[in-house]
Amino acid sequence: MTTAITSYDPAVDAPEHHHPVYDYDSGPPVDRGKFAIWVFLGTEIMFFTGLIGTYIVLRAGSPEWPNPAHRLAVGITAFNTFVLICSSATVVAGLFAVQKDDMAGLRKWWGLSILLGAGFVGIQVYEYVHLIQHNMTPNQDLFWSTFYLMTGLHGLHVIVGVIWLAVVYVKALRGGFSSKNWVGLELAGLYWHFVDLVWVLLFTLIYLM
Amino acid sequence: MIMRITITLLMVALLVLGIVSWADYEFWLMAPSPSHYTWWWPEEMSTLGQRVDNLFWLILVMVTVMFVITMGALILAIWKFSAKREDKAVFIHGSHKLELLWTAIPAAMLLVIAFSQMSTFAAMQFDSSMQDEDGHDLPVLCEIWGSQFDWRFRYPGKDGRFGTNDDFESAYELVMPMRDTEKDQDKKMVVFLLRSRDVLHSFFVPHLRFKRDAVPGMTQRIWMAVDDEQMAEIMGGREDKTFDIICAELCGWGHYKMSGRVRVLPDAEYEAWVEEMTALQFGNS
Amino acid sequence: MSDTHASNARPGMGEAGTTRTSHEHHELGFIRKYIFSTDHKVIGIQFMLLGLVFFVLGGLFAMAIRYQLAWPWESMPVIGDLLFPNTGQAITPEFYTMLFTMHGTIMIFFVIIPLLTGAFGNFLIPLMIGAPDMAFPKLNMFGFWAMIPAIFCVLMSFHQPGGGPAAGWTAYPTLSTIESAAPGSVSAQTWWLLALTWVGVSSMMGAVNYVTTIVKMRAPGMTMFRMPLTVWALWIAALLQLFALPVLTAASLMQVSDRVLHSGFFTPTNLVINQLNPEGAGAAAGGQPLLWQHLFWFYSHPAVYIMVVPAMGLASDILSVHARKPIFGYKPMVYSMSSIAGLGFIVWGHHMFASGMNPALGMTFMVATMMIALPSAIKVFNWLGTLWGARIQLTTPMLFILGFIAMFIIGGLSGIWMAATPVDIYIHDTYIIVAHFHYVVFAGSVFAIFAAIYHWFPKMFGRVMNETLGKIHFVGSFIFTNGVFYMMHQLGMAGLMRRTADPYDYETYAHLQPLNVFITISAFCLFVWQIFFVWNFFHSMFWGKRVGRNPWNACSLEWEAPSPPGHGNFDHALRVHRGPYEYASPDVEEDFFAQTREVESK
Ligand code: HEA
Ligand code: HEA
Ligand code: CUA
Ligand SMILES: [Cu+2]
Repeated sequence: MTTAITSYDPAVDAPEHHHPVYDYDSGPPVDRGKFAIWVFLGTEIMFFTGLIGTYIVLRAGSPEWPNPAHRLAVGITAFNTFVLICSSATVVAGLFAVQKDDMAGLRKWWGLSILLGAGFVGIQVYEYVHLIQHNMTPNQDLFWSTFYLMTGLHGLHVIVGVIWLAVVYVKALRGGFSSKNWVGLELAGLYWHFVDLVWVLLFTLIYLM
Repeated sequence: MIMRITITLLMVALLVLGIVSWADYEFWLMAPSPSHYTWWWPEEMSTLGQRVDNLFWLILVMVTVMFVITMGALILAIWKFSAKREDKAVFIHGSHKLELLWTAIPAAMLLVIAFSQMSTFAAMQFDSSMQDEDGHDLPVLCEIWGSQFDWRFRYPGKDGRFGTNDDFESAYELVMPMRDTEKDQDKKMVVFLLRSRDVLHSFFVPHLRFKRDAVPGMTQRIWMAVDDEQMAEIMGGREDKTFDIICAELCGWGHYKMSGRVRVLPDAEYEAWVEEMTALQFGNS
Repeated sequence: MSDTHASNARPGMGEAGTTRTSHEHHELGFIRKYIFSTDHKVIGIQFMLLGLVFFVLGGLFAMAIRYQLAWPWESMPVIGDLLFPNTGQAITPEFYTMLFTMHGTIMIFFVIIPLLTGAFGNFLIPLMIGAPDMAFPKLNMFGFWAMIPAIFCVLMSFHQPGGGPAAGWTAYPTLSTIESAAPGSVSAQTWWLLALTWVGVSSMMGAVNYVTTIVKMRAPGMTMFRMPLTVWALWIAALLQLFALPVLTAASLMQVSDRVLHSGFFTPTNLVINQLNPEGAGAAAGGQPLLWQHLFWFYSHPAVYIMVVPAMGLASDILSVHARKPIFGYKPMVYSMSSIAGLGFIVWGHHMFASGMNPALGMTFMVATMMIALPSAIKVFNWLGTLWGARIQLTTPMLFILGFIAMFIIGGLSGIWMAATPVDIYIHDTYIIVAHFHYVVFAGSVFAIFAAIYHWFPKMFGRVMNETLGKIHFVGSFIFTNGVFYMMHQLGMAGLMRRTADPYDYETYAHLQPLNVFITISAFCLFVWQIFFVWNFFHSMFWGKRVGRNPWNACSLEWEAPSPPGHGNFDHALRVHRGPYEYASPDVEEDFFAQTREVESK
């Protein structure tokens, strides 16, 4: 009854040349990828919470805070926000299309989303270039420090999103999706909606308040 | 075989090293050192410090009880149940009653600790502790400035206001008046403003159980007190009646040598010192 | 305890929710198999080797620290010439700051976290829940490879002109953000921050994978409450990482921005550093140095639990196997780990009692910190309950786990003084803190890691480690660890503060040198003693005694697989019928009742 270490028996213990097929699932009835993307978005939420929290603390702790309208072209960015919101809508339209096996529709809407996303980045780059030309750089004051870090890190997320949409788009062109198999599209879409939502928050905080 | 011999030799060598160092340790214990410095806290010189020490002892008692119980149970269990018994172990998955018991008892102990420290903490950090009965802030004795790598103390001079031309500065040495146990009430504290010019420092006076970070960009009101009776008892027989100020927050390569001294003087001597510093100040300019 | 009925397999997911076996057969080349592997076992072992190699490096830094503290500014015999040719073979004050900064950073981010969540997380999760691999094997591989840029950055940071990062592992501004404050670490600090960011990326990929794998890929019958506590612990630690790490990443990027773009997040107005005013030099100001501390500890307090919760899980499993007795209070264990994790998010301020933060906040953090000691207490008592009435086998893994429990108690109890705010104000940043965290982190987590290596080594390599050498390793490590870290409490009581290159500059500390010499000699012995482990580890890997699938007669699933498991882990279908700790069950003749065994009762 002691637990002596059992000896090695090649007949029983040698790895055999077959392995099991796993076709069961223990979790909630959602796709594995979708589950993971929600978890991932949780970490993204914390990331932006850190940034936004910092912004609020610094702003509340400053004796004065410039009126954003005096420093930023709110109109252009409002338009840019509109562009981004539209891109979310076109992503949804693309998803509706694929569910109806409407591949042409998918290509159209998804292509439009990529263009809108790229357009957003373009306008943001234009804004940056303009600001930097007028010497409004992060080392000027806290307003600009927080402005560049928050919009810049968000911009990086948008770029990643555009790349992701593009990769999925290429796969769609090759016929990788159908009404029975469109999780890959949905994942990219979820991420994209998240990036949009964060932008609406950032826009309100930085440009409007 | 060679393996065995090597291992044995190594073990012997290491054991000898170990034993030598333990033995040496006995030797050091007996080595002469200034009798007032021990491996324990430096003696406290303030009522507030005493309260901190009391809390420490309270926790020491509770923690020791827990330590003895848990370690005792651990050693007993190993000793009792590691016999080469042939039957099976007890087949049990847990017990509700026990869980409740060993949740409730530590919880109660922790609550006692939590509540018993609140008033001391308030006396150390809440503003109300350094105001007089009418709720007015007590006057500030001096500004304490930390910078890489020294302490400076700026006194407002005889007019009691900063920024006038009778301000004077003392480097390295903080001079402060003593609290007269007879005359002053318990509450009367010596108030300072703590500031930093460059990076974080921490103003630490082990003898007073006082420590606070000097944060660049922030001005903090801090307060301490040294009681004359305690001071006399502890420092009475000594030649040098000052004690160390230490920087306790990493502030760069010179952090280890950012020291200072506190000198506590009875009121009359303190006044004389201010007089002397003022004279020096105007003599120089 | 024979609830053999429950199977939570869902309809439509495999015939009757069991696994089948197939006969397909892959041969992978060396590179695919050992270098760019997507196999969780290989990745786990890669993490383990990485962690151990860095452990040697971090240990060497610790030895240099100890040398300086015992004999400050004395030239080093033999290696002094090699290391410090320009300074009389001795450590300089700048170098000392870099030493402990890198020691802390490497030990935490490149040793403990990779070993616990990287190595054992990867190796054990799929095996213990009966899955063929992680949910996303490729992502898993990227998780390991994200450590390569991290290693690159951290090594770069030690090789910058002027020296390495010198602001402590906590990197408090403004010392860390303003170049003239620490002239030695101009670009090094930036590399250091980037290294942290990459470690974050790696951990995040790992954590997403663990959480998903554990939720979605458990074998039929493996309900959440039949999972080994190790899996629970790793799951909880993964959640901690997911929700705490991004905040540190954001903060690190802010610090990078302060250093590179001269923004002003952590730079207050009117600084004068080294006769230089950052504002005058064109940097933004108006920021708050304390903000960094809040953000940093918001991550780093949960991080200390990331460093101990998996160790607690490993300890529970190993304890139960070698005590031949079911774990006492399985569910309370799960709940207490969860509450440690939950409460872990609201106690960060206990590192800041002396920082000048609002005292009302301090009071709140104090109460929360007291509360978090409670779940740890529950765990300790349940371990003791497990041992009571057991049939303890004093094998090497068991010895290390018993050491872990004993020393976690010591380290945890000293935490209570720190939680008590007024006492902490005295002991903050003294050697009591150093003693506290080395007890929990070295004597705690590292001992659990040693135990886990001895325990799962047969599963990793198909061979056992030598027991005699293992016991020798334990005894010496135990004695010398206490020799090093117990004595540090004494230093701290006398008021000696940490991060001082030469404490004896102060009158208050001058008499403490002998004590430091003693600690240093113990530390050298501790380091040299690890030879027994290193030899045992490599020798056993190739020439150890071969063993079968289940050398310890354990119940959990990993022991069903061949040793070492092949590609896809299991060679037969799995179905779980009971919890993982059915030792000494009266229902079967043997003293262990494997999770998959079909027998209902005698
Ligand atoms: C694995 C890592 C780990 C763990 C588990 C812990 C556990 C705890 N820590 Fe520790 N801590 C660190 C790692 C860790 N810590 C590090 C690295 C630092 C320093 C960072 C730096 O500044 O560089 C630090 C610093 C630190 C501080 C800041 C000190 C300062 O800088 O001034 C505080 C303050 O409250 C603290 C408290 C605690 C408490 C209350 C626990 C509790 O969780 C402990 C609970 C356990 C027990 C209490 C023991 C078992 C229980 C019983 C036997 C039952 C009965 C007990 C009672 C009724 C009292 N720790
Ligand atoms: C996980 C964390 C960890 C670990 C394990 C250690 C281990 C050790 N630490 Fe460290 N330490 C920290 C984390 C850690 N430390 C941190 C965070 C700080 C604060 C830094 C700061 O202030 O910023 C610190 C600071 C610190 C100081 C304070 C410096 C100061 O403030 O001035 C000291 C002083 O003595 C010290 C000493 C030691 C010693 C002697 C060990 C010994 O236990 C080391 C022994 C090492 C070994 C025994 C390694 C042996 C190798 C193996 C076993 C691997 C085998 C390899 C193969 C098989 C390939 N440490
Ligand atoms: Cu000033 Cu440390
Ligand atoms: Cu903490």
